Amino acid sequence: MLIDLNVCTGCSACVVACRAENNIPITGAHEAARNGTIQWLHIDRAWSGGQDDFSVESRPITCQQCDAAPCEPVCPVLATYTNSEGLCVQVYNRCVGTRYCALNCPYDQRFFNWFDYQWPTPMEVQLNPDVSRRTRGVMEKCSFCSQRVLAAERAARSEGRPLREDEVQPACVQTCPAQALLFGDLADPDSRIARAWRHPRLETLLEELGTLPRVRYVRRQDAPGAEALQPGAEDDE
Amino acid sequence: MNATSPAAAPISIAPGREAPLLRPMLVTGRAYKHMVILLTGVISWGAFCFIYQGFIGLGLTGLRRPVFWAFFITDFVFWIGISHAGTLISAILRLSSASWRYPVTRAAEAITVFALGIGGVFPIVHLGRPWLFFWLAPYPNARMIWPNFRSPLEWDFFAISTYLTGSALYLFLPMLPDLALARDRSQGWRHRLYRFLAMSWQGTQQQWHRLELAIQLMAAVVIAIAVSVHTIVSWDFSMAIVPSWHSTIFGPYFVAGAIFSGIAALILIMAILRRVYHLEDYLQPKHFNNLAKLLLTMTLLWGYFVFAESITTWYGNLPAEMPAFWSKISGHYAPLFWAMVLCNFVIPFPILAIKRLRTITGMVIASITILIGMWLERFLIVVPGAATQRFAFDNWYGYFPHWTEISISLATLAAMALLYMVFSKLFPIISIWDVVGQAPAPTGEGIAEPGPGGAP
Repeated sequence: MLIDLNVCTGCSACVVACRAENNIPITGAHEAARNGTIQWLHIDRAWSGGQDDFSVESRPITCQQCDAAPCEPVCPVLATYTNSEGLCVQVYNRCVGTRYCALNCPYDQRFFNWFDYQWPTPMEVQLNPDVSRRTRGVMEKCSFCSQRVLAAERAARSEGRPLREDEVQPACVQTCPAQALLFGDLADPDSRIARAWRHPRLETLLEELGTLPRVRYVRRQDAPGAEALQPGAEDDE
Repeated sequence: MNATSPAAAPISIAPGREAPLLRPMLVTGRAYKHMVILLTGVISWGAFCFIYQGFIGLGLTGLRRPVFWAFFITDFVFWIGISHAGTLISAILRLSSASWRYPVTRAAEAITVFALGIGGVFPIVHLGRPWLFFWLAPYPNARMIWPNFRSPLEWDFFAISTYLTGSALYLFLPMLPDLALARDRSQGWRHRLYRFLAMSWQGTQQQWHRLELAIQLMAAVVIAIAVSVHTIVSWDFSMAIVPSWHSTIFGPYFVAGAIFSGIAALILIMAILRRVYHLEDYLQPKHFNNLAKLLLTMTLLWGYFVFAESITTWYGNLPAEMPAFWSKISGHYAPLFWAMVLCNFVIPFPILAIKRLRTITGMVIASITILIGMWLERFLIVVPGAATQRFAFDNWYGYFPHWTEISISLATLAAMALLYMVFSKLFPIISIWDVVGQAPAPTGEGIAEPGPGGAP
């Protein structure tokens, strides 16, 4: 997934879409006040500049789907692993809740079900039937809407054709009004994402940790130090 | 059942010398019964809290993102640390043939087994779905799923179960002759129990020889296991990429801390045993004095480790490490940090170093402060690293324990006391054959030689 910070307005539509698509529990104000919320995707705001002349950078942060995911080797029951498509998947049924993965995630993108959460009526009738509700005591995190990937793959297989590039979109990508998010198959060299993956102004979060994230960000053109760092990159657009 | 020939007696012993050591098993006072009721009450309350937490969910605790580990893991590391009393003290003293160890070893080995049992419960209490803890065991199942052998928690599972097996054996083996003695002196259900446990010990030359070999072997094995167990417990932290956990020093640091708190627990329990069971003739000031010297060494070693750990972090000044470091030195956790230094070094060091202060009372005070300090130390390893800002994300959370966490922790203290009390009613808490017995004939060097005869 590629996220273009130049285009992102920080409107949080992706956050709402993610919550609706993935049956993310609503934890309430009391839990929100004590960091008890569950948000697979959130907007991280970075403020810079002075009082009158400030700028804000909105950065959607989700599970980075690391290739070398630090959360995976520490799980004693193999409840999280990288599957054949390169996704870091969480198996809710296998999770016993040691919460080691969450501590070992440098992005803090793993969430624990502290309670059995209930949906206030009438919200329970709009739960997505394709996504399981998580019980208390298991971890959860962004799955890149794997239920949509699976459904599209099933459809393609039943029609005996390869998966088309534009067939799968996670809820956040589908919803983004500014189209700041791009999702696709990196294994296909001709896909849009594979071509965009070589963009000169790309950055990955905490690159120095060597986690090889599968989420990359297009750095903002007006980001402080952008010119100094990549003098040639400005001319590419 | 009663052997007539002296050679076949379980322990050859001067008449009447074993009576004071068997008395705690036979005489039960009213205070003991009251204490059992009280402790059972505390433990039941802790069990209730655990079940309540299981029904509600771990949200009941003070844990929230990103503080996913706190009280229970602290308790876990603390109790595993206490468990190092037995093995590392009794086994090292046995291998080095320190003859003052005789009255101390059994008490120490019992601490090991019980503290391990209690410590081993905490990872289960801490699970999100504790009823599925057995998934950590590699058992054959229809879905062909194995546990993840790359996970430090999985290593824990094996380390602790190995240690529990080894230390239980190491407690049991030297108890065989005493069990046989108890078998010959008891009637009713006790007789049946001891007959079963004594495994037809008759005290023949061959049996003594084999026992001696087995104990010597277990002493060596159990030391290796003990060191590896606490190293693996420390690797739960140092294998993680959490700043301030990811430290190469943690293996030896944890082992040293474990021995440190283990000796403190041993001194405390010995002082209580001595008072309650009137064992002043056996647990003499010289035994306490020797243990206090060991404790003094560990105080210095602990101080060295904390200094080395802190100074390298401070000097290295890595941005990711510093928030947790400063939160301990001068921030949110500073009161706890300096209380730890006070409890682990400032108070015990003069008490243990100055001969005039090194009385049994002084040592008990030092041991209590060290136990508190070591608990704080484990807490300060676990929580600040998780609670302070890690990496680039400003995502901190001020952890405060919920009363269920405190109740469960206190209940395990009560469980330790109760297990120890029941143990001392069922088994001689001081090794009779070591202390007042005479081995039938010298069969070699080491443990089968006559006891020190320090008792009157």
